[in-house]
Amino acid sequence: MSIQTSVAGTSAKSTSLLQAVFAVALGLFIVGFVGFSHAEVVHNAAHDTRHANAFPCH
Amino acid sequence: MFRSIVFSAVMVGIVSGIAVSLIQMVGTTPLILSAETYESAASVGHDHAPATEAPLAAPPVAENSTSHSHAAGTAAHEHAQGHDQEGHDHGGHDHGAGWTPADGLERLSYTAAANILTAIGYALVLSGLLAVASQSGLAKTIDWRTGLFFGLAGFASVMLAPMVGLPPELPGSPAGDLGARQIWWLSTAFATALGIALLAFRRDAVSAVAAIALIAAPHAIGAPLPPDGEHALAPLGLERQFIVAATLTSLLFWALLGSLSGLLMQRFEAAR
Repeated sequence: MSIQTSVAGTSAKSTSLLQAVFAVALGLFIVGFVGFSHAEVVHNAAHDTRHANAFPCH
Repeated sequence: MFRSIVFSAVMVGIVSGIAVSLIQMVGTTPLILSAETYESAASVGHDHAPATEAPLAAPPVAENSTSHSHAAGTAAHEHAQGHDQEGHDHGGHDHGAGWTPADGLERLSYTAAANILTAIGYALVLSGLLAVASQSGLAKTIDWRTGLFFGLAGFASVMLAPMVGLPPELPGSPAGDLGARQIWWLSTAFATALGIALLAFRRDAVSAVAAIALIAAPHAIGAPLPPDGEHALAPLGLERQFIVAATLTSLLFWALLGSLSGLLMQRFEAAR
């Protein structure tokens, strides 16, 4: 019984660790899209943001 | 867990993104607009080689990536001094025939939207890392102060470290190949963040040496340099002001983003 609970506890913990890592990856994807996409429309829309954040531009 | 991180990050991102947009309106944006008058006056179509590099973020619009070659260049950097013309035409900003938001409210709105999205992205990274630190036992408590220090580490990683080699630039500044600069920028940010994490969470000397090496390495390798013989169109004074304004804005942004993320994550941890 106690073993089962501890296994369940460990897997819940690793699941939420995985979720936190997934949140980090999603955040990096969003920043990458706004700041680093080569698509011209994205570049022009986010132009001033890119300059102010010192993202490489032009 | 994922839901509370996303919820926290969206809240923090909206608040910090709006705050940073307001600061930019009096800080960096007037300087960008002023630099564009020099840029359009010189009528430089700084005609980079079409960007053939694969977009780093692999966005759904990736097939547009080759259309980034800017307006067909006239004689590069001929510095016509006639920057007294009336409608100084920075709406076009020599970015080819592609869509560009019109100057004024439309441009400010798109900038604010991009700021909020960037802030949500960074908040997701920061809140996710706070959750990782808390669950792995690296950080004993999560509160606004833990968040503030994580935020300052973010400022050091994505602003201070990259700007040593690639300072914030005004439009019309000469620069090396875009893809190479993006790779250097991203590698520098990751190496610096990893170095700071090693310094913060490991107590042995070997880790400390590795951390300093990681932080120093990108600068020892060196950032891609602007081509020889080219110089910025805007005056040096304007360039300096821009660097200061961008750095200060970023400091305030990261301090706010960090402490708010810490505060909200603390609430969520307590509620669980």
